[in-house]
Amino acid sequence: MIGEVLVECAHMSCAYNSTLAIKSIDLTIRKGDFVGIVGPSGSGKTTLLKAILGSITPVEGHITKKPHLRMGYVPQVETVDWNFPVTVLEVVVMTRSSVGRLPRVTKDERADALLVLERLGLGGLENRHIRELSGGQQQRVFVARALFHRPELLVLDEPTSGVDVRTRHEVLHLLADLHDEGVSIILSTHDLNGLAAHLPRLVCLNLEIIADGSPVDVMTPEILERTFGAPMEVLVHGGMPVVVDGVGADIAERMSRLA
Amino acid sequence: MIHVIAGLTTPFRYQFFNNGIIVATIAGALCGLLGVFVVLRGMSYIGHGLSHAVFGGAAASAVMNVNYFVGAGVWGIASGVIIGRIARRRLIGADAAIGVVTTASFALGLALLNRYGQAKKSIEAVLFGSVLGVKTIDIVAVSAVAILSVVIIVALYRAFLFATFDPEVAQVSGVRVAWIEALLMGLLSLTILVTMRVIGTLLISALLVIPASIARMLTNSFARMLWISPIIGGVSAFVGMYLSYFLDTSASATIILTGTLMFIVVYAVTGIRGRTRISGLHHI
Ligand SMILES: Nc1ncnc2c1ncn2[C@@H]1O[C@H](COP(=O)(O)OP(=O)(O)OP(=O)(O)O)[C@@H](O)[C@H]1O
Ligand SMILES: [Mg+2]
Repeated sequence: MIGEVLVECAHMSCAYNSTLAIKSIDLTIRKGDFVGIVGPSGSGKTTLLKAILGSITPVEGHITKKPHLRMGYVPQVETVDWNFPVTVLEVVVMTRSSVGRLPRVTKDERADALLVLERLGLGGLENRHIRELSGGQQQRVFVARALFHRPELLVLDEPTSGVDVRTRHEVLHLLADLHDEGVSIILSTHDLNGLAAHLPRLVCLNLEIIADGSPVDVMTPEILERTFGAPMEVLVHGGMPVVVDGVGADIAERMSRLA
Repeated sequence: MIHVIAGLTTPFRYQFFNNGIIVATIAGALCGLLGVFVVLRGMSYIGHGLSHAVFGGAAASAVMNVNYFVGAGVWGIASGVIIGRIARRRLIGADAAIGVVTTASFALGLALLNRYGQAKKSIEAVLFGSVLGVKTIDIVAVSAVAILSVVIIVALYRAFLFATFDPEVAQVSGVRVAWIEALLMGLLSLTILVTMRVIGTLLISALLVIPASIARMLTNSFARMLWISPIIGGVSAFVGMYLSYFLDTSASATIILTGTLMFIVVYAVTGIRGRTRISGLHHI
């Protein structure tokens, strides 16, 4: 079954100060998709997600979205101002900022927000300042904010950067649960083995889209080398591709000389 | 004893002093309120730039015999909106562009006053503020802007918070960020306009930054900053103004020094906590 189209990019290019950050992107996101964007640092992942979100306008080509598509955005943690004076609860209810809402968080909103926080394992932390949390908790506060908006499409920018293995598993489980509940998901990541290999669909990006398909199809040495600009080997373990750094042998040889 | 009390209340026997202290206190509170946004968005250079731009407008309207509030008001709001747009686009060199334009406006104002103004005295009054010239219209003006600001900030509190913390996501969540920013710049221009005659061009930006920074050290809550900062601004203006009568110093300088003293005390008392809280404020 093919879901309805949520977002469609056609030959879309985006630029900062006339330098292209992404070029001629053709990409369709449908209801029920669970897509990972992979690519090296600076390859345009954040730019692509922001274009989907609508905060960057393409300089070329088009992007069309389902009318009134509700999106939740989880920013890359590095871009958040952690020193800003807000509590966890205040961040979560932020998306309900339409004109006419009073400053005070209402009882209903509070109850809704606490449910979301509970579900993300953040129960009891609602009055903490956002800086007074662990990396994984900080990440989840922004997932909570996005979910509070009840999105049809959840957009996450590197949801597992800087978190430990256990938190990464938790995030992955959470996303899989949300996906089962009908939320479509697009995320970006550097993490090939820990995250990307588990997703049903991957898009390899480096200025342009290099490949788009299932992990088994796109995680090949040729495609990865073209995406990341570095040699990589791919093993298969339990039916899943596992990426190994191609420079391994060289480094191992140099290190053994030091030993 | 009675002499002492009588002595302490002497300044209040003068109408000009009463007018001055009312305007200064309201102006201090108002600058404290808007200063929260200035400080949290790291745009203290905008307060500095705007006050210099408004000075140009004030001088031009004085020379052309236009009412101060009309002339400087139009000029100030226009430069506020333009500065806001330049800053919003975050182009490389935006600060430099703003600096050049506003300093040019300032220099033009100064030249106009030199050439056509009455006396050196009036230049000093615009640069450093003066309590002598304060009239009822000033009290009305500063009160009106203060009420307007409070009403707008309360009514649009959430949009202001969201747009300040995370403009990009606010935009896609339906907050009209450009509109909120224009509103903020407009309020800031109006604030500078009604405050400038008492505080003076050169020290307004300090009054926008000091109370809000103190409030930031005292709390981790945006909502609490919004009332702590105006209280600190109002208190330092009141105390500074009062002390200036006895010390025979410039009112605005004494107000800023009072604020600075409070800053130092709070900095020392809140220790590491306060320091980490303000360390994250950009460009102060
Ligand atoms: N605000 C900006 N102004 C100018 N150039 C930018 C801006 N943001 C990104 N760029 C440039 O656009 C390109 C793509 O950046 P983008 O942030 O999309 O990469 P990314 O894949 O998300 O990288 P990372 O993995 O490091 O987050 C980079 O070359 C970057 O330097
Ligand atoms: Mg990025």
